[in-house]
Amino acid sequence: MNWIAIGSIADIPPRGARCVATPQGKIAVFRTADDQVFAIEDHCPHKGGPLSQGIVHGAAVTCPLHNWVISLETGKALGADEGSVRTIPVKVEGERLFIALEALASKAA
Amino acid sequence: MSEKLVIIGNGMAPGRMLEHLLEAAPDRYSVTIFNAEPRVNYDRIMLSPVLSGEKAFEEIVIHGDGWYIKHGITLYKGHKIVAIDREARTVTSDHGVTESYDQLVIATGSVPFIIPVPGKDLPGVLTYRDLDDVNAMLLAAQSRAKAIVIGGGLLGLEAAAGLKERGMDVTVLHVMPTLMERQLDPAAGYLLQKAVEARGIKVMPKANTKAIFGNGKVEGVELMDGTVIPATLVVMAVGIRPSIALAKEAGLEVNRGIVVDDRMQTSDPAIMALGECAEVGGHVYGLVAPLYEMARVAAARLADSEDRRFVHSDTPTKLKVTGIDLYSLGDFADGDDREEIILRDASAGIYKRVVLQDNRIIGTVLFGETADGAWFNDLKKKATDISEMRDTLIFGQAFQGGTSSDPLAAVAALADDAEICGCNGVCKGKITGAITGKGLTGLDDVRAHTKASASCGSCTGLVEQLLKLTLGDTYNPAAVQPMCGCTSLGHDDVRRLIKAKGLKTIPAVMQELEWKTSCGCAKCRPALNYYLVCDWPDQYADDYQSRFINERVHANIQKDGTYSVVPRMWGGVTSAGELRAIADVVDKFRIPTVKVTGGQRIDMLGIRKEDLPAVWADLGKAGFVSGHAYAKGLRTVKTCVGSDWCRFGTQDSTGLGIRIEKFMWGSWTPAKVKMAVSGCPRNCAEATCKDVGVVCVDSGYEIHFAGAAGLDIKGTEVLGLVKTEDEALEVIVALVQMYREQARYLERIYKWVKRIGTAEIRRQILDDVEKRRTYFERFVFSQKFAQVDPWSERVSGKDKHEFRPMASVGFAEAAE
Repeated sequence: MNWIAIGSIADIPPRGARCVATPQGKIAVFRTADDQVFAIEDHCPHKGGPLSQGIVHGAAVTCPLHNWVISLETGKALGADEGSVRTIPVKVEGERLFIALEALASKAA
Repeated sequence: MSEKLVIIGNGMAPGRMLEHLLEAAPDRYSVTIFNAEPRVNYDRIMLSPVLSGEKAFEEIVIHGDGWYIKHGITLYKGHKIVAIDREARTVTSDHGVTESYDQLVIATGSVPFIIPVPGKDLPGVLTYRDLDDVNAMLLAAQSRAKAIVIGGGLLGLEAAAGLKERGMDVTVLHVMPTLMERQLDPAAGYLLQKAVEARGIKVMPKANTKAIFGNGKVEGVELMDGTVIPATLVVMAVGIRPSIALAKEAGLEVNRGIVVDDRMQTSDPAIMALGECAEVGGHVYGLVAPLYEMARVAAARLADSEDRRFVHSDTPTKLKVTGIDLYSLGDFADGDDREEIILRDASAGIYKRVVLQDNRIIGTVLFGETADGAWFNDLKKKATDISEMRDTLIFGQAFQGGTSSDPLAAVAALADDAEICGCNGVCKGKITGAITGKGLTGLDDVRAHTKASASCGSCTGLVEQLLKLTLGDTYNPAAVQPMCGCTSLGHDDVRRLIKAKGLKTIPAVMQELEWKTSCGCAKCRPALNYYLVCDWPDQYADDYQSRFINERVHANIQKDGTYSVVPRMWGGVTSAGELRAIADVVDKFRIPTVKVTGGQRIDMLGIRKEDLPAVWADLGKAGFVSGHAYAKGLRTVKTCVGSDWCRFGTQDSTGLGIRIEKFMWGSWTPAKVKMAVSGCPRNCAEATCKDVGVVCVDSGYEIHFAGAAGLDIKGTEVLGLVKTEDEALEVIVALVQMYREQARYLERIYKWVKRIGTAEIRRQILDDVEKRRTYFERFVFSQKFAQVDPWSERVSGKDKHEFRPMASVGFAEAAE
């Protein structure tokens, strides 16, 4: 798997997110309160809201537009809502963060 | 002509007597009360929860001012009676008011006992008796310094727990070897001491106070054995003694208390006495149950309704310290003719002891697990022969006769005449009868109709079980809506506990209030963040990760993920220079839409997040600051042109609007706050549908509040008319601060007002000038930390991670 460096875990505030720009659109990279890192498409399955701007709680994020709650682990909407976003593999090596290129390429294809 | 009844004292006993009297003979007497305390009748038992912060004074008032008015009772507040003339049948107050009587009731209560040691009069030495004492303790507790409570009885321990809750370092000095030795045996006293110490309160038994020392104010206490303990506050809680001086001077028969017969009559047939000052059958009383029985007896005599006589009975003792369960009743001394049954569970901290004589219960001590107190009390009262159930007696009611351990079944098994509420002497049958007979549906109803659980509240659980038993599934005790799925507490409880427990971070709130999730959710986190910002403006570090995106980046997110920006235009007034700067920004950043808002501002829509800091930099150069159009905070103050231009204008409405906005911008509030100032009653600024509005008139400024023009449409209520701009500002600021401190997150002013009532707000903001001033000052204090322009902060680099992507990847590959 081809891993692309995107920066350090310290770049993301705990219980927060940052964006990574790609030709296929933005990827939201999340850091939870217990320093787990997840990456998903920055695009809510409901109305396309930027999930990176939502409030992060546990391993989930609440979309800022209409309060859908999306699991960071599975990309699936939690609760009564149905829908899912693509998850992107993330690797943490020490402080450094990497995402998998294949995921991007396969999406582009 | 009605007879004249004069009452000296306005405590719980005479208050209850009046309730009974008004029920039995509503028109027989014209009633006048003289109260040395400058306030209405309140529940003195509940002072401890007020001290610890679990209740507010308003919640423990028994009879508000309205009650006295409704019943035509004259109440002289702050009048101490200094003389009784039995010949002329008159009483005279220290303010010179003389009132004649046909019947006089003395209910002067008791005074705390002061140990006669050197230094007892130093400032900083308090007793624990009334609201003034509590207020003085709360003031002292702000220092968070060391406090000493002398007395390890009921009152002393409650005071110690309250002061500890308020953040003081507390030591309890107790002259005897174990705590509460009059109500507990040594084993339970030992467990109590351990429980008290576990809360961080130091306990020193066998501590005999020699002197209180200090230069001009308290600095510490010296014990007989030479130990010196420093402290800035000393609370004496070593007992009470009946106030009998007035009765003695009037020549009535007194002993320890004012001597009365079993119908509460003193040695003068025209004078009765009741409450803590009265001595009946050689006993004086300090617990509420016998005092309420005196009230019943006295009312029956005054109304001539029944021949009711006072009979002595034992009263159970309970400690009102959250988390310590303790129950004691009757006589539990050892004796040759006595047997005892004891259950100890050291790891669970449980101790139960039942003392028997001739197979009948004569005393009970329960610690750690007190649910069976009422049952033991019932067995004792009825002198039930317990030999049949002796083997299982100590395990409680649930283990008798094969009934299940379901608490509901235990309550169901109680006889109709079993006492549920010890304070008010209410039995099970009376409660269930009221529930079915009067169609009661909730705890408050039961309290209102039967008084059960309305005093100390320790039988609340039993009353709730009776509601459940009687109403079945239709009873819904969860009347309090939890904040969210992370907690079972409602917003009001969380706000109260944040203050009471001094919780100053979100993790502290979640830990102490037992949140069910590890880091909350998108509902509770923003609410908690607001409550902490509001309550601890100088100490709490705002948690931006717990704010909605709009407040985190100080702009409004739009459906496509772009943002809109609204600069502040004070009072809706702008200039050519400002408009030119806006035009330049629109051109430079190719902002697609520019629109005038409902609040007299200009909105620029469709700005990319990455451009926000640059947009703000340009706007900042022209003098603009954030308009907070995104905030749960002060939004806009809309104005008309007022007396500057308008031929109808009565005052400078524009000037006042700008002044309010400059004073209040930057403040966070539970929900958005929109205001307006109109220069005359034609009301062109539409002030009468705003959260707060001002309508100027010739004679001053009419302050309006609680309007709505969104999901709901509602005209404002008038708070009142003030004469000057300064006053208008103070009233508005105080009102908003009260709202900030009390409302639930996302609750607009009109909804909050609907919940607590306009009368209460008028009372606190308009009538009580001192209260208004303190609200105002707290707002001013919090503004010191809130009035920072968030836009210029971000232009200077704050939170820059918010506005930039973390990385850009894959572009080269895509180009190949």
